[in-house]
Amino acid sequence: MKNTPKDYVLAGATGLAVLLIVGLLGVLLWEIVAGGAGVISGTFLTQSPSADMTSGGIFPAIYGTVVVTMLMTIAGVPVGIATAIWLSEYAPRHSRLATIVRIAVNNLAGVPSIVFGLFGLGFFVLFVGGSIDDVVYGPGTPVWGKPSVLWASLTLAVLTLPVVIVTTEEALRTVPQDLRDASLALGATRFQTVFKVVVPNALGGILTGVILAVSRGAGEVAPILFCGAANFLPYLPTDLRDMFMHLGYHIFALATQSPNVDAARPMLFGTVLVLLVLTFSLNLVAVVVRSRARARLRA
Amino acid sequence: MSSVRVSLRSARLARVGMDDDAADPELGAQPVKRPPLGQGFKTPLSHRIAEKLIALMALSAVAAVALIFIFVAKEALPLAWEQLDGMRLLDLFLPRTWTGYHEAVYIWQPVGTPEKFNVVPLFLGSLKVTLLAMIFSVPLGVGCAIYLALYAPRRMREIVKPVIELLAAVPSVVLGFFALMVLATWLQDAFGWHFRLNAAVAAVGLSLTIVPVIFTISEDALAAVPHSLSEAAMALGARKYQVALRIIVPTAAPGIAAGVILGFGRAIGETMIVLMASGNAAIMKPFDFTTSVRTVTASIAAELGEVAQGDPHWRVLFLLGAMLFAITFALNFVGSVAIRRLEKRLTAT
Repeated sequence: MKNTPKDYVLAGATGLAVLLIVGLLGVLLWEIVAGGAGVISGTFLTQSPSADMTSGGIFPAIYGTVVVTMLMTIAGVPVGIATAIWLSEYAPRHSRLATIVRIAVNNLAGVPSIVFGLFGLGFFVLFVGGSIDDVVYGPGTPVWGKPSVLWASLTLAVLTLPVVIVTTEEALRTVPQDLRDASLALGATRFQTVFKVVVPNALGGILTGVILAVSRGAGEVAPILFCGAANFLPYLPTDLRDMFMHLGYHIFALATQSPNVDAARPMLFGTVLVLLVLTFSLNLVAVVVRSRARARLRA
Repeated sequence: MSSVRVSLRSARLARVGMDDDAADPELGAQPVKRPPLGQGFKTPLSHRIAEKLIALMALSAVAAVALIFIFVAKEALPLAWEQLDGMRLLDLFLPRTWTGYHEAVYIWQPVGTPEKFNVVPLFLGSLKVTLLAMIFSVPLGVGCAIYLALYAPRRMREIVKPVIELLAAVPSVVLGFFALMVLATWLQDAFGWHFRLNAAVAAVGLSLTIVPVIFTISEDALAAVPHSLSEAAMALGARKYQVALRIIVPTAAPGIAAGVILGFGRAIGETMIVLMASGNAAIMKPFDFTTSVRTVTASIAAELGEVAQGDPHWRVLFLLGAMLFAITFALNFVGSVAIRRLEKRLTAT
């Protein structure tokens, strides 16, 4: 059909929106790469920052981010996958409990990240940590009841839970019903069907969800503001109860709390570039894994 | 033939064993012969324990939502009976003539003496930044969705969609940094604003996080509109833009609305961008977008680290968190209702 002038107006206006958004993303990436690429070097990636944070490297922040993200994954992913398996494979259709769980997952995904920070402080640090201190050590200086790697990781685990659940459930649902029926018809129990047939077939999709959750968790700053992230630490965290430096928090600190913003500028751009490369490469891996999994299911 | 029957039978028995005592509508009426214990059909104990464990873990999300609300509200609740220094509970929400002021004012000044906690300027700040961000991002997000769903060639759609989704993967602290270091300077140069960091800069930064939200949900909704509808309209001689604006967009409207609502929820709860780019001064000028604002989220983030536990200020910050939680909870609820309405509408045709 021939396009009329009004078609061109609509296509032009909406196309402009696409151009603007893609352009802004391009500018964002360009600014960060242009400002940060020159800073990246062996010393930048492996050294500690100097005390005024205008020179040196960001190794403690990279290390802290990796440690926290790994602990978060260990704590949160199994629970998320279990929830998704229950929702997709065990929960009776239209059961009230499944509906409640789904509503909870949806709401959890919408909770502002700063509220997770308050929750981490109020629940993990003060309640759980404080209770451990009360029971084990009695009154005195807090041992567990203070911000630390552990509490920050657990807070992030709760934050990323909905990402894991939603993507995993989607992945499980794409496994054809025929496979389940065939497995059950051969006399396999439901448990065997789930873990030997359904989960292996959905592995690609599940992995995608896990990677996306890791990427999300690695970039969040607001939830860890009060749960363990430190402005500057002369040592690396070696204990679950230590505080830690974090790439995202480091960016925030350099950009807003540095005594000399101009001197810290190259460090800031370099740190942003490192964080962005980290999250983007995780997302890229997720995209590749997902497209492979889809191709496999189609075959 | 007989072997088939046997295997079918064993499969049935296996299912009976697996469901344990759950009533099977097909078999419930007739008595079922169970195999002797330990001979095949019963699910092993370890599996049953694992299944119970899975069901238990499935409650984690429910527990998390409940615990978040309980523990955030718990820190705020003592405000209701604890003595605030020279402040009444209502002063949190109503204007008051403080000593040294000539009229009743809304004022957030947690470090002044006496401490003045009025949450109205903060919520006004949040609302101002969020609404401005929505003005930018709703046309952009919905526009992108319409273009990709209706006009873009397939190849282009396959490239642009992941690119916009990539924007959603940029950590908010990076967007805050971008707004603070790059956008603020540009916008000030372009418009000659007096304050470098202001509501408008924060709103542009915020739009970068909400456009992907609005876009993804709207695009899904537009793509889900059945082809039969647009084909019928075309067959009746409708132009493409008519199909787009009178058939596809109205049909997908609940989905687009859900995207806008969820985007709003995301924007009002976003912390790092507004904390870094809004200037953070609690000024009560609802319609001036070139002055600094202080939002609810930024206040919590900036102030909680420096407050003693159990202080009235601490409690007020947790109260802000609880209110924020309630607001996003409500927005989420409305958004999911809109999505369900869309699903109903699409399956009805």
